[in-house]
Amino acid sequence: MAVGLVLTACGSKNDSGSGGTSTGASGSQAPTSNLKIGLAYDIGGRGDQSFNDSAARGLDKAKSELGFSIKELEATAGETDAQKEDRLRQLAEGGYNPIVAVGFAYATALEKTAKDYPDIKFAIIDSVDPAADNVANLTFAEQEGSYLVGVAAALKTKTNNVGFIGGVNVPLIQKFEVGFTAGVKAVKPDATVQAKYLTQPPDFTGFNDPAKGETAAKGMFDAGADIVYAAAGGSGAGVFKTAKANGKLGIGVDSDQYNLPSLADVKDVILTSMIKEVDVAVYDFITSVKDNKFAKGNKVYDLKAGGIDYATSGGKLDDIKAKIDDYKAKIISGEIKVPSTK
Amino acid sequence: MRNRTARSILLGVAAPVGALVFAALVCALILAVTGHSVGDVVDAMSTAAQRPRTLVNSVNSATVYYLAAVAVAIGFRMKLFNIGVDGQYRLAAMLSAALAGAAFMDSVPSVLRIAMTVVAAMLVGAAWAGLAALLKVTRGVSEVISTIMLNSIATYLVSYLLNPARLAVTTAGSNNIGTRKITEGGQVAGFEVSGSSTKVFGLVLLAVVVGFLYWFVLSRTRFGFELKATGLSESAAVASGVSVKKMVVISMLLSGAVAGLVGMPQLLGSSYTYSLDFPPGLGFVGIAVALLGRNHPIGMMVASLLWGFLDNAANSLDISGVPREIVLIMQGVIVLSVVVAYELVRRYRVRAEQQAVGSALGRTKPLEEVSA
Repeated sequence: MAVGLVLTACGSKNDSGSGGTSTGASGSQAPTSNLKIGLAYDIGGRGDQSFNDSAARGLDKAKSELGFSIKELEATAGETDAQKEDRLRQLAEGGYNPIVAVGFAYATALEKTAKDYPDIKFAIIDSVDPAADNVANLTFAEQEGSYLVGVAAALKTKTNNVGFIGGVNVPLIQKFEVGFTAGVKAVKPDATVQAKYLTQPPDFTGFNDPAKGETAAKGMFDAGADIVYAAAGGSGAGVFKTAKANGKLGIGVDSDQYNLPSLADVKDVILTSMIKEVDVAVYDFITSVKDNKFAKGNKVYDLKAGGIDYATSGGKLDDIKAKIDDYKAKIISGEIKVPSTK
Repeated sequence: MRNRTARSILLGVAAPVGALVFAALVCALILAVTGHSVGDVVDAMSTAAQRPRTLVNSVNSATVYYLAAVAVAIGFRMKLFNIGVDGQYRLAAMLSAALAGAAFMDSVPSVLRIAMTVVAAMLVGAAWAGLAALLKVTRGVSEVISTIMLNSIATYLVSYLLNPARLAVTTAGSNNIGTRKITEGGQVAGFEVSGSSTKVFGLVLLAVVVGFLYWFVLSRTRFGFELKATGLSESAAVASGVSVKKMVVISMLLSGAVAGLVGMPQLLGSSYTYSLDFPPGLGFVGIAVALLGRNHPIGMMVASLLWGFLDNAANSLDISGVPREIVLIMQGVIVLSVVVAYELVRRYRVRAEQQAVGSALGRTKPLEEVSA
């Protein structure tokens, strides 16, 4: 039956197109109120308490401040590149411009889609691929922020033993571990850094499973750690819960988790957070398109450019803030080069 | 006799069709309760059904689902539940991708290179399933438990191997990691469809061949007869001289070999590398499709096309404002209602046959077996 449908559908050419958007942002001053923003999430979508949510915050800000209309589409676990590509193309066909793809998993799909829609501006988070005239690659130097929270952990640990919990064992999260370890060792070369990942790909539940975070953190505290860095999205809530139950400390990730309403119960054990402002990157990208200042290529958000930082909410770092800022200045000046791979 | 056949076919069709109708009603109810318009869904679905790209993607998804379903069905026919298709295909796809992408393969002639890749995948899949078979025949371990565990082990094994120090390569600045990309000689070209930016997998033909072989072996060979006999009644099979242990090992190896093929259309037709975004979970889709298609070569084809279309229509639903999760609900309800419908039909059939036997008892015709 479907074969018949394929055949009858041949000939209609509503698929490969050159955009055909009503907004037409190719240089001319587009009326900004007509901008329709499309956003394609990675698995988890809005509500993952991790980087999808962060992207959603940027989108919401653009929506409320600039009055754009938005369309958000989500990914399903187990889908193929073709399905991701279809999602981007449907946004493009629907006249959405600009379009933001959240997550490196969209790289291949975006490469194929962007080619056919030269008039639409695309952004992809966390990926330097694809390189195209109408694609902005928004990437982050997570290792730098992780280095600073590593410094903080090393200065605060009493047991000379700290932990790192990664959500899923992928290169992106390994960057957090490498930076964190380097930061700890820079202050205390003899300190022990325990590292554990909650799940292995393609099982991405490690980003959203507080129970797993709880168990892993308990193991680290039992093994002598007194501070654990949770680079594990929504699973971090479990890490903080265990930290509170055991009188230990945790370090948050992505946003300033001390100030998150959902973590208000456990905020007194959050030493600091490694801030990765995906929301700022998304918002900046949208405004750049609106102001006709779109810039293609890789934009790195690091300590120097902003978008990566460490949080001081809660005042637990007041006594050592000067020392951490010292390291921060050295990273910005290039005196300290933070590794990103093992 | 012709009447009986016609009724049998009718009953066979009644179950899946009834289940589909029931599933559609349940979904309509859920949509109504959650405040979405059923009309919107129908609109979005029919828009999707007219878009060449969605149809091509549906056929491609169906190709992969079909292979997974056949792998599961081979086990089902033996009363073996191979839940490990998922681990088998992922491990097979990863290792054969590493082989096909290896530098020394660049100089191998295209056809040979593709054949080597596919055979390697079958061997890996068979070997991984073979572990479960060995555990079953030597230690009596249920294949349900062992294959689930082997799925988990496969995940860790793939993670371990997918490392720059071992079988993977990374590109600077990329957050992805995968095996070396298979160069053009190792790729399988697809079929162009006008109006679609994606091509139909060349290996759709592989699925057709596998489906044909499945049918042929099961219904036209002695081995197929023995396999089905063992599945229906182990003691009867033993009595007629069939070695059950041998059958378990062979059918698990075959199931695993077909499972090894599951990743091939995607790997050689689109991805060209096994990386973090290689689709997982296809083995579980295979179980659902095999159930829906009743392990029948044509039934599973219809089921996989339906599944593929539903999956690929999800984006259209999403963009029209209907939550894409409705597709998952629909698929779940379809499987559940199919299982229930088959059971109802089976009971009806048994009762009808008993009545037929009862009324025939008065006459001198031989009794027909009351089949389950």
